[in-house]
Parts: sequence; C-alpha cells; structure tokens
Amino acid sequence: MSMNESWNDKKMDIFIGSLLRAGILFSGFIVAIGAIIYLIRDGHSPVNYRMFHGETPYFRTVAGVLRDAVALRGRGIIQLGLLFLIATPVARVAFSIFGFARERDYLYAIVASIVLLILLYSILFY
Amino acid sequence: MTVLEFSLVVCAGSLIAGFLGALTGLGGGGLLVPMLLLLGVDIHYAIGASLVSVIATSSGAAAAYVREGFSNIRIGMFLEIATTTGALVGATLATHVSGGAIATVFGLVLIGSAYLSRKPRSKEEREAPQDPLATKLRMNGSFPDREGTREYNVQHVPAGLSLMFVAGALSGLLGIGSGAMKVLAMDRAMKIPFKVSTTTSNFMIGVTAAASAGIYLSRGYIDPGLSMPVMLGVLGGSLLGARVLVRAEIKWLRRVFSLVIVALGIEMLYKGLSGKL
Repeated sequence: MSMNESWNDKKMDIFIGSLLRAGILFSGFIVAIGAIIYLIRDGHSPVNYRMFHGETPYFRTVAGVLRDAVALRGRGIIQLGLLFLIATPVARVAFSIFGFARERDYLYAIVASIVLLILLYSILFY
Repeated sequence: MTVLEFSLVVCAGSLIAGFLGALTGLGGGGLLVPMLLLLGVDIHYAIGASLVSVIATSSGAAAAYVREGFSNIRIGMFLEIATTTGALVGATLATHVSGGAIATVFGLVLIGSAYLSRKPRSKEEREAPQDPLATKLRMNGSFPDREGTREYNVQHVPAGLSLMFVAGALSGLLGIGSGAMKVLAMDRAMKIPFKVSTTTSNFMIGVTAAASAGIYLSRGYIDPGLSMPVMLGVLGGSLLGARVLVRAEIKWLRRVFSLVIVALGIEMLYKGLSGKL
C-alpha cells in the first residue's frame, strides 16, 4: 500500500467514525430531552408493559411521530430520537459510497451501493 | 412500579448489556431480552427494545472502533452484502419454517463454538500467506497492538461470506442480531484477529438491525417509554465498553466472549425447546 492510499483510508475511518458519533450524540440528545418531559409528566404513574397492544398508530409512521414531536409530547420526541438512531447506520452506508468514490475505490463504492439498496428495500417494503 | 423507577432499573440493566455488547461484538440484545422479560415486559416490546439496543451499541462503540483503526470498513461493507441478503431471505422464510427447531440447532452451535473460540490462534495460522481473493478485495489490514501496528492477512473469503449469509438469515428468522455468528465467521473461518473480528461485527450489526427496523416500527413493537431508558443506558455502556476493549488483553476478551455465547446458546435452546419464540 502506498503512503497516499493509507492516508486516505485513515481519513475515511475518521470520517465514518465522526458520522457515527454525530448520529448517536444527536439522537441521544433528542431522546434525553423527550425523556425529561416524559418523566416530569408521567414519572409517577404506574408502568404497564405486560400486555402487548402495539403502539398507537401515529407512532408507527414517520409522519405520525413528527406530528407528535412537534406538539412537544415527551413520547413523541423520544420516538423521533429513535428514528434518528435507526437512520444512523443507514447514513453510514450512504456516506461510505461517497467516501469510497473519493478514494477512487470504485469496487467498494459499488459494494456500498448494493448494501444501501438492499437496506432501503428491506426498510421500505417489509 | 412507577415509570421513573422502572426507567432507572431498565437503564442500569441496559448499561451492562451495552458494555458487554460493545466488548464482545455481540450487540447485547440477547442479554437485554431476558432481563426485560423478568421485569414482566411483553415479548413484542422486549424484541423492539432489543433492536434499539443493538443499533445503539453498534453505532456507539463503532464510532470509537473505526476512528482508532480496529474495525475494518472494507471487510464489514463486503460481508454486509451477505448479511442483508440473508436477512431478507430469512424474513421471507420465517412464516414457513419452524423457529423452534432453528433456535435449538443454533443454541447447540453456539455452545459448541464457545469451546472453539477460547482457543488462541497458532503461530502458523497467524503468519499465513496472503490469500489472492482477499488481497484483490483489499481486505488485508492492520490494527493498533501493544507493540505498535499489527498487520494481518484475511483467509477463506467464500466460507466467511457463506457464514455471513447464514448469520443474516438467522437474524431474519429469529429476530436476533446474530453478532455471535458474525464474530465466529470472521475469527474462525476468515482468520481475522479477534479484536478486529469483534469490532467489525460491532460495526456491522447496526446495519443488520436497521434492515428490520421498518417491520418492527410498523408493527408497533417499538415503544418510546421502554426504548428510552434502554437506548440511554446502552449508549453509556457501549462507550464504556469501547474504552475497555482498546486496552484489554485478547485472552481475557476471548474468555468473556465464550461465557456470553454459552449464555446465549442456553437461551436459544430454552426458546427452541419451550416454543417461546
């Protein structure tokens, strides 16, 4: 491996690492804000997860979560943070395509694109 | 129990799950589910929370592992083709196949591999020549070791790829992260150094989990009230675990790993034989 190549790989590692860190810090921050509101309002009510009811329909779709979060409801804000958390690995794959292409590693740019396509297919159609 | 008390208990448990998950490359979902079940949480919510915990552990720890040069991005991305396709096939088959039988077999495999995974690699294995396919795929790399940087050569790419397909199919079928199978495929079949195997598995499991996030969310498995303490606890634990791994001795890491996969194996056997899946 030439000097130039290894420097690029190092840069790629730092880039992907920073992206993952930004993703978890951002989603963690949003979940924490939601947690504070949720615990202040509902912290003293009894807890019940014994029975599965499924989430209320508006927590099952992105649009529903957004509406509830904008209304500043604790649970809605938490769910929004969780969506960002789920998006973090997907963003990691998407940005790797760009990173590999910049490194002129076209084989791996294609590999990352295939992974992204399968991932989007399974998220959107399953 | 009030919501506040419950959240604190779950957060503390998730901290431990995240710590062990980051250290072993297993994700910690398998440790979290039994704990939530003991607290009286319904299995559907527990599985949803486990998915959240796997993504949080993976991204939290991988942020550190990638930057410090432990995880191998190329190996991870290449094998993700097999795990994501496997997961799709597994999810499609899930309605036709008996989950119980698969869980029983998987449990036995895990307990068997716990024994294998304790064995350190021999000197000949470590100094094996470069494999042409792995070299072509630019998988050989290096990672920081106590004495500086250590180079390694990846072996048996097709075997590793096939095992990753099985790992993906298992996660689609059983709804688990299957980090154990990923670590074993890299460590045992592809002869990748243990720390690189566990950290690369850690890097990969977030993508496998994200693939099923759509289904779980639309079925209403992900409850914000339950996932909140899980996510925050797991994040803290995984950041802590990532710090420990960097300095930890491999012999000790292998021991922790084999203990955790024995526990996972027993859990799978129990699930398979009792039909609770």
